[in-house]
Amino acid sequence: MAEDREWESTETAVAELHKKIKEAFEVFDHESNNTVDVREIGTIIRSLGCCPSEGELHDLIAEVEEEEPTGYIRLEKFLPVMTEVLLERRYRPIPEDVLLRAFEVLDPTKRGFLTKEELIKYMTEEGEPFSQEEMEEMLSAAIDSESNSIHYKDYITMMVVDDN
Amino acid sequence: MGSGTSNQHHFAFQNAERALKAAALIQRWYRRYVARLEMRRRCTWSIFQSIEYAGQQDQVKLHDFFSYLVDHFTPSSHNERDFLNRMFTEERFPKDLEMEKCSDYNSIEVPDNYTGPHLSFPLLPDHATALVEAFRLKQQLHARYVLNLLHETRKHLIQLPNINRLSTCYSEEITVCGDLHGQLDDLIFIFYKNGLPSPERAYVFNGDFVDRGKDSVEILMILFAFMLVYPKEFHLNRGNHEDHMVNLRYGFTKEVMYKYKIHGKKILKTLQDVFCWLPLATLVDEKVLILHGGVSDMTDLELLAKLDRHKIVSTLRCKTRKQSEKLAEGKRKASQMSSPGRPTPWFLPMSRSLPSSPLHVGSHKAHKTGRSSSIPCSASLDRKELSQQVRRSVDLELERCRQQAGFPLIREKEPVLFMAEADSDAEQLLQPTQEEWKQVVDILWSDPMAQEGCKANTVRGGGCYFGPNVTEQLLQKYNLQFLIRSHECKPEGYEFCHNRKVLTIFSASNYYEVGSNRGAYVKLGPALTPHIVQYQANKATHMLTTRQRISRVEESALRALREKLFAHSSDLLGEFKKHDADKTVLVSSQLCHDQQK
Repeated sequence: MAEDREWESTETAVAELHKKIKEAFEVFDHESNNTVDVREIGTIIRSLGCCPSEGELHDLIAEVEEEEPTGYIRLEKFLPVMTEVLLERRYRPIPEDVLLRAFEVLDPTKRGFLTKEELIKYMTEEGEPFSQEEMEEMLSAAIDSESNSIHYKDYITMMVVDDN
Repeated sequence: MGSGTSNQHHFAFQNAERALKAAALIQRWYRRYVARLEMRRRCTWSIFQSIEYAGQQDQVKLHDFFSYLVDHFTPSSHNERDFLNRMFTEERFPKDLEMEKCSDYNSIEVPDNYTGPHLSFPLLPDHATALVEAFRLKQQLHARYVLNLLHETRKHLIQLPNINRLSTCYSEEITVCGDLHGQLDDLIFIFYKNGLPSPERAYVFNGDFVDRGKDSVEILMILFAFMLVYPKEFHLNRGNHEDHMVNLRYGFTKEVMYKYKIHGKKILKTLQDVFCWLPLATLVDEKVLILHGGVSDMTDLELLAKLDRHKIVSTLRCKTRKQSEKLAEGKRKASQMSSPGRPTPWFLPMSRSLPSSPLHVGSHKAHKTGRSSSIPCSASLDRKELSQQVRRSVDLELERCRQQAGFPLIREKEPVLFMAEADSDAEQLLQPTQEEWKQVVDILWSDPMAQEGCKANTVRGGGCYFGPNVTEQLLQKYNLQFLIRSHECKPEGYEFCHNRKVLTIFSASNYYEVGSNRGAYVKLGPALTPHIVQYQANKATHMLTTRQRISRVEESALRALREKLFAHSSDLLGEFKKHDADKTVLVSSQLCHDQQK
């Protein structure tokens, strides 16, 4: 009996997830034919609460792409894969304190800030580098123009509040 | 070579690895943040667009509904018949006497304390420039000059063909601007950034100069003034908002009446006529076609060039020429089966289905919104037919009843219809044919779509959605390179589609809200390569970050949505009881899509 209930609640959970996924998908389904441009998949996945790296994203896309890539992803393929991802709680978002520690790693002398140059260097040369557009976008909001630096603790607080 | 060095290396390596991981983490987090912002922006955009188009559709629906009511109301007395006749017959053109009165601007006195700009005719370039400056300083042009200018404008427009032709041989560069919708700041900015019109600097304004914004009058005055001053280089195309019926709803009529009070009526009457005389399209070097909305699979440029555009007073509703009954019947039957045309009015039970188009099956979008089809009905034909039929069947019934009751057969008088039986033949000729009317509606109202084919534009209530194959067909048929159109707001102020064969250009920045979109104009040189210039005529937006801009626009959208929801709260409560309502923006926007019936 308990198992039945568990199964039922999973079923409901899955139905809920399907609904969520379809709704996010529809926002980018411009032709209303259950396809989206592959370039929008990242946005869709992330808006559903996941935080994959670029590499993980590419793997995911490879899973949902057609055998002969058409540039479009179909809902039929996307739905089951994405449901799995959400059920398994893959690519969980990054908690605030972990993010803070990441900044602190880049600021070993513990000044409390990174200079603009340092931020640019790390973001465009390390990890999974930003494009110029992404870099400029981040700078516009992060950099305190007077000191030309990013006080990362304040920055995180501001962004996290906004995100919610 | 001791363990010290290798330890150092080890640490260095570890540090580098940690830095790499840290950077990757921050990047990962940031990309997710951006994605969420983008999602919010898209939903906000959908909300605004839905509200905008639903509004347009409403007007058409209301129009159809009332027309139907009037059609099927059988007047019981002579007075009622007359009343209906009057109410229903739009003043096609102001009668000669009235036009006389409108042109009689000379009788209007300009008071001594008037501080606005003065105009004298014939206009000189300096006058036009002075006008721009005066409006920038928030002055208002006196009614006398307005009427004078409109009078001259009308005289000029009458000589123009339906499709204007421009060449880059004469003016080296041609600048094409899209919808302005009464936003004077954008027009002033364009002139500031791109330069005032001149013999070397040609301009084409692609319709929708008025409605929604608060300075439609001033925009018209400037555009008309430059057109008179540089008739060869300055061109205007008619948009779907250059239409007195649309203006009633979308603010231009109100603006004129508010600014000009007693003279407002005269001005509006004159404008009604001036709008009908606006050309329908512009052709550059015989290669680039510029028109306001789009095309359909039936678009016939030769027909469009030949028809009398002045007959199309409003694209919302039109009396069309009477055709012989049999011909009409045949045509109607045919059109119901083949063309993406003329479904039954939305409020009649059979119209629950999608528009009759064999080219298109199962449109999800239409399903989602649940909009039944409603195209501006050139219902006149049908109306008369219907009225006649209703009348006839009623009379037949009466006759039968009389017979049954044993009354002698009475010679039935020819049923007097409250419509155009009274129309003289002359008046008949002043009306466009149904085909002519549809051609014009199509080019003023249609939108491009990504799918192939051509189907009725149910969202707008007028024109079609046309696919890349329709564009290709048209370009090939008339040996053109590409199409420039406007009519739709785009976040970047412009958008290419159909393999770069269609360019949408929209010049009203911050259209939905401060920060919602850029405006743009496009320049064409002799090579006809489009060169786009974007702008956002509001200094404040430059200071905002993307995040703040999206938040502001989002707030505005939600506010608008809340208002709509409030207005329909009782209906919605009923609907909500059926669905499971979530609280997220995403879901509410979907629900509202459903609710916008």
